[in-house]
Amino acid sequence: MYRIENFCSQYELLERSTVAKFQSLQEAVAENLRDGDRAAFEGFTHLIPTAAVHEAIRQKQKDLTLIRMTPDLVYDQMIGMGLVKKAIFSYAGNPGVGLLRRLRDAVENGWPQPLDIEEHSHAAMANAYEAGAAGLPCAVFRGYRGAELAKVNPNIKFIECPFTGERLAAVPAIRPDVAFIHAQKADRKGNVLVEGIIGIQKEAVLAAKRAVVTVEEVVEDFNGLHPNLTVLPSWTITSIAVVPGGSHPSYTHGYYERDNASYLEWDEIAADRQLFLDWMEANVVKSSPEAFAARVEGLRIAA
Amino acid sequence: MTSLPFTPDEMMTIAASRALKNSDVCFVGIGAPSAACNVARLTHAPDITLIYESGTIGTQPDVLPLSIGDGELCETALTTVPVPEMFRYWLQGGRITIGFLGAAQLDKFGNINTTVIGDYAKPKTRLPGGGGAPEIATSSHQVYITMKQSLRSMVEKIDFYTSFGHGDGGDHRRRLGIDSAGPTLLITDLAIWTPHPQTKEFTVQALHPGVSREDVQKNCGWKVSFAAALETTPAPTELELTTLRDLQARTKAAHRRISRKEEAA
Repeated sequence: MYRIENFCSQYELLERSTVAKFQSLQEAVAENLRDGDRAAFEGFTHLIPTAAVHEAIRQKQKDLTLIRMTPDLVYDQMIGMGLVKKAIFSYAGNPGVGLLRRLRDAVENGWPQPLDIEEHSHAAMANAYEAGAAGLPCAVFRGYRGAELAKVNPNIKFIECPFTGERLAAVPAIRPDVAFIHAQKADRKGNVLVEGIIGIQKEAVLAAKRAVVTVEEVVEDFNGLHPNLTVLPSWTITSIAVVPGGSHPSYTHGYYERDNASYLEWDEIAADRQLFLDWMEANVVKSSPEAFAARVEGLRIAA
Repeated sequence: MTSLPFTPDEMMTIAASRALKNSDVCFVGIGAPSAACNVARLTHAPDITLIYESGTIGTQPDVLPLSIGDGELCETALTTVPVPEMFRYWLQGGRITIGFLGAAQLDKFGNINTTVIGDYAKPKTRLPGGGGAPEIATSSHQVYITMKQSLRSMVEKIDFYTSFGHGDGGDHRRRLGIDSAGPTLLITDLAIWTPHPQTKEFTVQALHPGVSREDVQKNCGWKVSFAAALETTPAPTELELTTLRDLQARTKAAHRRISRKEEAA
């Protein structure tokens, strides 16, 4: 008889079950997001996992370190509701509208609690996620030349190329405890398909120890689709929850359009602490994942 | 200036659009740059390649996107690539001829601040930050900047060097090992500027119609240099104005559209 020795490696860090579990969003968040986690809710303008964020706010996980290239409305909401101790990001704006007022209030005035920030450029974050997915300790790229972020963020360093001597930027790989993404669909086996602006989602899932995906729908199988579509195999995913409309007011390519009016509206809601709290109470705390389907009803793309 | 049949904003966008060529591969920032790039595409540069940092390559939007990741960009693009690929292969790989940026704060050497007003650790105003700009500013072959002039936005000393222009001027880029040209053009709502060949300080080359030297100086926080042979920017043509206004009207209608559900309620 022979036995195969387990070898100790970084791959033991992955906490995947063998295949993705279909669960309610409440269960998926409760099982996978823990106090103090480093969590990435990703989606580059498209496919932002808003429903998962709102569920996290209802469950009140604490002391989170949130990672996301563009914090967007969703991190503005989590920061304003006091879930976050640190944010790692590269563009803290309301895309195309202006500033993130809850994030600003936390940075400038410590409300509702002080917020540590680790700020990067997009190129750095994208490279760092990719390094995380690739199992590397750091990312190397040609960046931050002349940029002052390198002076205020100790996680930005420079190394010399061993072959050419070129000075290159290095940042630590991003390895989240848990990644949340929204995707178009899963098949019955729990494989997940993402298309359109796919952003950084694949890298975020593969870099994370646990991965939760909300999807618009579940289909029988992916037969007959284009062979190069982005498909995340079931065994790379921990948990799947079906939440139609789950990325509103962001959008899901092929399903519904971006609710630009909501992004414009957020600028006013987030400008005032009480208005913000009242809005969160009515639309998040007292709501549920099922509410999302109705929010995209008027934005759906005709079949 | 009130008697002119176009606004300073329109003149700025149109002047910026003229600087773009059909053969350019342009990395587009949101706001004024996006409008200028699309006016160029809809007038004299139909084959210009517009790239937004969400990964859309060769996009031809019918309305201006509110964000860099609007669905319109993906649906009208030649192809859409993942974000790491966008920054690694296309930008860092040297395939972008023009990086087109806006700025919250700009100095006379084309250094850009979009990070903080005040001290970084205790900011007076926390701005969105750099996004793609720090690397767009150094990896694009050259950089165009477009912004409205004001004493707040065009300053002697910026509070934070988000994206490097010409640093302290002269050969500062070379000394840092940056081999791209950096900012080569600044287009404001009042004038067209290019960097001095040696000092790299922005110099006004042309005033927009109806604008005086005093107007430019009054809305700029550093002492402005003017070219000896100062020109006047040609006024917008009928086609340029109509193209821009139609584009903005379509955009406004699309962004303010409320969902059918709300209309029904």
